[in-house]
Amino acid sequence: MNLIRLENISRRYQMGAETIHALRDVSLTIDRSEYVAIMGPSGSGKSTLMNLLGCLDTPTSGRYELNGVNVSEMDDNQLAEIRNREIGFVFQTFNLLPRSNALHNVELPLIYAGVAAEVRRKAALEALSQVGLADRIHHKPNELSGGQRQRVAIARALVTSPSIILADEPTGNLDSNTGTEIMALFEELSNHGNTIIVVTHEEHVARHAERVVRILDGLIASDEQVAGRVAAEEYSK
Amino acid sequence: MNFIWETFEGMRIALAAIWANKLRSGLATLGIVIGIVTVTLMGTAIQGLNRSFLEAVSTIGADVLYVQRFSWFINSWEEWLKAEKRQRITLAQVRAVEKQMRQARAIAPFVETRRPVNYKNRRSDSVTVIGTTDQFQFTKGISVALGRYMTAPEADGGRPVCVLGSTVATNLFLIESPVGNKIRLGSQTFEVIGVLEKQGDFFGEFSSDNAVIIPLQQFITSFWHSPDFQIQVKVIDIARLDEAKEELRGILRRIRRLAPGTEDDFSIDQQEMFLSMFGRVSRTIASVGLFITGLSLFVGGIGIMNIMFVSVAERTREIGIRKAIGAKRRAILTQFLIESASICVLGGLLALAIAYPVTLLLKKQLGGAMSPTVVTIALLVSAFTGILSGFFPAWRAARLNPVDALRNE
Repeated sequence: MNLIRLENISRRYQMGAETIHALRDVSLTIDRSEYVAIMGPSGSGKSTLMNLLGCLDTPTSGRYELNGVNVSEMDDNQLAEIRNREIGFVFQTFNLLPRSNALHNVELPLIYAGVAAEVRRKAALEALSQVGLADRIHHKPNELSGGQRQRVAIARALVTSPSIILADEPTGNLDSNTGTEIMALFEELSNHGNTIIVVTHEEHVARHAERVVRILDGLIASDEQVAGRVAAEEYSK
Repeated sequence: MNFIWETFEGMRIALAAIWANKLRSGLATLGIVIGIVTVTLMGTAIQGLNRSFLEAVSTIGADVLYVQRFSWFINSWEEWLKAEKRQRITLAQVRAVEKQMRQARAIAPFVETRRPVNYKNRRSDSVTVIGTTDQFQFTKGISVALGRYMTAPEADGGRPVCVLGSTVATNLFLIESPVGNKIRLGSQTFEVIGVLEKQGDFFGEFSSDNAVIIPLQQFITSFWHSPDFQIQVKVIDIARLDEAKEELRGILRRIRRLAPGTEDDFSIDQQEMFLSMFGRVSRTIASVGLFITGLSLFVGGIGIMNIMFVSVAERTREIGIRKAIGAKRRAILTQFLIESASICVLGGLLALAIAYPVTLLLKKQLGGAMSPTVVTIALLVSAFTGILSGFFPAWRAARLNPVDALRNE
């Protein structure tokens, strides 16, 4: 069984009198433990695809099965529950809560999952040490470097043990060295069996993945396994 | 379980947000502070008014039973005809009641008629002439402004003395003191021994302002040989008014020789009438007063609503993040409702801190300090205002689309 199964997905937006076809009849399957990069220039529909994969949005037509559950017709609250349980988001701009410290930011998904305080704290500490930030748990986002902020965000994505880690331009706001560290972290997570989907327009980021899906004008232009996969360490040299 | 953690999280966020925007929250809550201060003061004033009225009523005789042939509450011609046929209440019966009644502090017979009154060339048509005893001052709860009231021997012996109501006194005597002068009631001459204090219009027909009080014996010999008496009985304990009423009823039935099972041929009334009238007046004052003060609270609520819209707008991205990682609508709604309720409850506490010293200063005018009831109501009202005025902004926040909210800068 596929972890993700998109069948003839279309997404249209109404902009005044004009209808924009962001995705046209896209079908795609992703299996558990895959590391997939979704690539495409801006306006190609890759953000729309990411929003659909992340259950932030629903398709205009077509069927989306996540983990065997049809999520394409769920309402706002049901989607919130799916996002909480199945998906860990990593954003380009980190999207941490500015007034909360690292620990609380990582605990947040567990709060909405209804997990008790002690359990929550233990899981958050574990996730933070997994990304190498065990000594920064009481720092607020503005007291952390860009790379550290992204690590907090990754810890927040990991803490619920989701089915998918969905990263949107995760290195877009980082310098190349820090970016490489973050990509190495993703690789490590992938080696531990996590399913990772990275949305990017940078070739060198995509080259870390095992599979690259290219989107153009709302259609899948190509979908291929990466032959010469680059390990992060090698790339940085 | 989720709800508990969401509520905790909501409180944490609310307090952090209020703390982060101290000046803004403070200004927003000012409207609530003013609203709650006025509501609290109004509530305290109304309570004071009620209390002082009840005190006033007990001095004019809420603890007095009135016995007469005609009930105060005759609803039909038939009832009146029936009452008209009843035997009169005689002096002998009055004496018997005076002798037998145990739970009475004072018992006064009471008869009245109307007569013109003259002093020299000044004249007042149709004043109420009341024949009664020295006990009347206790049952009626009157006090003397000038001179004195009649004594027991004067009441029994029938010396021609009289006590004037304040209106009668001011009508007949311009400069002179009434006490010691003689007035004419019909064809009889009476010496004025005292003037009553003004009672005012509040008591309506029960007012003794336009009355002349003379000894019962004088009344009988001068005006009416066998009048239909009324009896006023002031009970010892107002809490046991009903018990006293039963005792009085038993005595009256016995001395009027009523067979068991027959109807009473007399009526015992109380001043409940006043209480119900006051109840109406006080409810009107309370509802008008609270409505007006409620308006200022309403304005405060609008201020809170406005500031909550600002708060939602500038935290759109935060809402997007929370929704993306799994916050349901309810969680976002709760978060903002708690925030607005907290601002308002803080305002309420501040208002009570301001209103309390004010009620202490105005203790005389308001008739008492703030009561726990008023405090509780004030806090509940402020929390309610917060929830009400925060609801629309919070609902908008809860319905935000996560994709749009996350795109917001």
